[in-house]
Amino acid sequence: MTAGQVDASHRDPPIADREQQVLDRIDRARRRVPRVREERITMSHGSGGKATQTLVEAIFLDAFRNPLLEPLEDSAQLVLGGSRVALTTDSYVVSPLFFPGGCIGDLAVNGTVNDLAVSGVTPLYLSAGFILEEGFPVADLTRVAQSMRDAAAAAGVSVVTGDTKVVQRGKADGCYINTAGVGLNSRGVTLGVATARPGDAIIVSGPIGDHGVTIMLARGELDIEADVVSDTAPLNGLVSALLDAVPDVRAMRDATRGGVATILNEIARAAQAGVLVSEADIPVREEVRGACELLGIDPMYVACEGRLVAVVPGDSADRAVATLRAHPLGSAAAVIGHVTGEQPGIVALKTAFGGTRIVDLLVGDPLPRIC
Amino acid sequence: MRFVDEFRDADKAHALAAKIAALCEPGRQYKLMEVCGGHTHTIYKHGLEDYLPESITLVHGPGCPVCVIPMGRVDDAIHLASRPEVIMTSFGDMMRVPGSNGSFFDAKANGTDIRMVYSPLDSLKIARQNPDRQVVFMAIGFETTAPSTAMTMLRAAAEGLTNFSVFCNHVTIIPAIKAILDSPDLRLDGFIGPGHVSTIIGCRPYEFIARDYGKPVVVAGFEPLDILQSIYMLMLQLSQGRSEVENQYSRVVPWDGNLVALKAIGQTMELRPYFEWRGLGFISHSALKVRETYAAMDAELLFEVPGVRVADPKACQCGEVLKGVLKPWECKVFGTACTPETPIGTCMVSPEGACAAYYNYGRMHRSRVPEVVQLGRRP
Amino acid sequence: MCLGIPGEIVELHPEQPDLAKVNVSGVRRLINIGLLSDDPPKPGEWVLIHVGFALSKIDEAEAAAAMEFLEGIGQAYEDEIAALRDSLIE
Repeated sequence: MTAGQVDASHRDPPIADREQQVLDRIDRARRRVPRVREERITMSHGSGGKATQTLVEAIFLDAFRNPLLEPLEDSAQLVLGGSRVALTTDSYVVSPLFFPGGCIGDLAVNGTVNDLAVSGVTPLYLSAGFILEEGFPVADLTRVAQSMRDAAAAAGVSVVTGDTKVVQRGKADGCYINTAGVGLNSRGVTLGVATARPGDAIIVSGPIGDHGVTIMLARGELDIEADVVSDTAPLNGLVSALLDAVPDVRAMRDATRGGVATILNEIARAAQAGVLVSEADIPVREEVRGACELLGIDPMYVACEGRLVAVVPGDSADRAVATLRAHPLGSAAAVIGHVTGEQPGIVALKTAFGGTRIVDLLVGDPLPRIC
Repeated sequence: MRFVDEFRDADKAHALAAKIAALCEPGRQYKLMEVCGGHTHTIYKHGLEDYLPESITLVHGPGCPVCVIPMGRVDDAIHLASRPEVIMTSFGDMMRVPGSNGSFFDAKANGTDIRMVYSPLDSLKIARQNPDRQVVFMAIGFETTAPSTAMTMLRAAAEGLTNFSVFCNHVTIIPAIKAILDSPDLRLDGFIGPGHVSTIIGCRPYEFIARDYGKPVVVAGFEPLDILQSIYMLMLQLSQGRSEVENQYSRVVPWDGNLVALKAIGQTMELRPYFEWRGLGFISHSALKVRETYAAMDAELLFEVPGVRVADPKACQCGEVLKGVLKPWECKVFGTACTPETPIGTCMVSPEGACAAYYNYGRMHRSRVPEVVQLGRRP
Repeated sequence: MCLGIPGEIVELHPEQPDLAKVNVSGVRRLINIGLLSDDPPKPGEWVLIHVGFALSKIDEAEAAAAMEFLEGIGQAYEDEIAALRDSLIE
């Protein structure tokens, strides 16, 4: 067949191209405006994965839309009377209330402190709202309050205001807590995952999945014993050390519900870049790995409560890891991957085996009421 | 992790990949079917296809017991669960399978008492703790899981529990494989045999495939090196013109299977004359039901079950995907109307479904491992 | 559903012969070993666990043989790669 002749048989494009066409069509579909299809809230809406994201964007962002909310980072950056402050809030519905390594009180303080800290802000003051179930033992409430006192002292923050409500037996599971936190952006930093760019390194401050697995085992339904404890901890000290050594940190995130995988997807999405991580480099404790294998769960989606994920410029990576490792909460810090220019919006994982696969946002909820 | 990590070693993978590539006859295309959903999952989760030359295509088979449950049976189960006295217990894999009016998950959101369990024995625990309720266990799975249901029933009987029953949807693998072999749409060169089903039924049941259909079968383990080694063994058979049943998973699979397990199944269950498989239609003697002697534990007898046949949605092409005729991305609704959050069919919602595996792990530009490409070209 | 994972038997249940405690990477769980009643596992032996039941014993000799095959392939591969490299030098 010479140039100029038309091939009347119209052969199909090769398989690889047809597959790519389908993948492109899917990408376009995924970028469409989010809509909540369900009529009723399901447990997935609380998992921190796709359903949560859709709910937040379609209902809350839609209702409250304003430029301060849009970045949907861990805390909102505000200017009050000339000072840069940050505001965040979190609710805690963990079951069971007391578990190896801590209790709901520790989570309530550390979680909110961390949301402020990873924005580069110095956490200062917390509010604490309690919803208590009729019949909840006062002794337990005292334990929770005392844990919060100790956690606040360790983090260097004060609980300065609060609220208490009681609902009838059966309407709350013992005790629910909401904390809001306010802090001062004294460094004047603006961090955000949207600033990540190809070449940046992605670092995790320690082994992942400890908290989620601890809670799952503490529920006692699975008859599994293991020496795992929750990693709940205030990260403001660690963050401070990191920012002192590496002022050009692009972003940090607190790895809670949805795990590290969710954060990697948030990075890829906000920065419209690719993310490539290496399974062999992700620190996971043996017991956490064992428990996850036993139950068919991927540790990358399991919640932590004292781990941060940091995005730093490539040539600052070594300094960042060394700084984290010098701190007791970051002794197992490691670079787990990089931001790339390929396949924007997609998180790819190089398996320990050498192949590659993608890591998508979670659908459904393997471990409900984890924090 | 012992017996796991050593079978995930990348260096050995490169070596196997080179050997596999070297066995490919130039110009020839090979289609190997992995029957078992667990294998499909491993292949995608570890990016195994990157180690195979372009001339080998892996075809995904119907060995996903969740995938083959027809919508009508899901509706039946939800109907059962909706009874106020019933506590339905189920493996997590079933929770999002769509029926005509939603899944177990949706029913649960609407107040139906459906609880996830890890083991059928957990249902017994719930039954003991709730003597005034009726606990029904949604039994699914191939021959791998049927013995566990059987042992649970025997235990319930031994304890004299009167509030436990089973809604039995166990299916058997051989009729499904036979349906594939007899299907005119497919021309397969060999089978990666199901690993864990074989711990129960052994390797003999596959002999008819090699003997009567002339296709080699290698029973494979679930780690990536197991699957690669099995592919190597299949390619070796093909290059030597052999068609036999081989056992790559010999560290776990006994050639004769597990007689205690088979006895337990035989004691408590029997084959149904026929059963509807999603996508494959009615297949005779392909599923199990509770034996008459254990009628007191048969949920279908204890409670009225509508038993309505529900046709799959028009857009759904699960049947062709299950038979390996279509690759997930070739299904018209893949990724757009049918996604893991909004599944139309079971292939997208089961953790072992080919569509779910591809969507969650494989949906990207693949790049072959360089050694495979390089060494595969050598004469 | 096909999910089966290797675990090491730690101890047999003192009262119930059908139950045993297994260890999977430091995680311990009680499982039912009733399906292996023909040749019950002993502490130190490994079994394949599926939905709370042991389906089969892991045969250490077979596992070693499988590894040997894979090691052998690995060596042959390294030799071949070395040969390839050497031939390029010429």
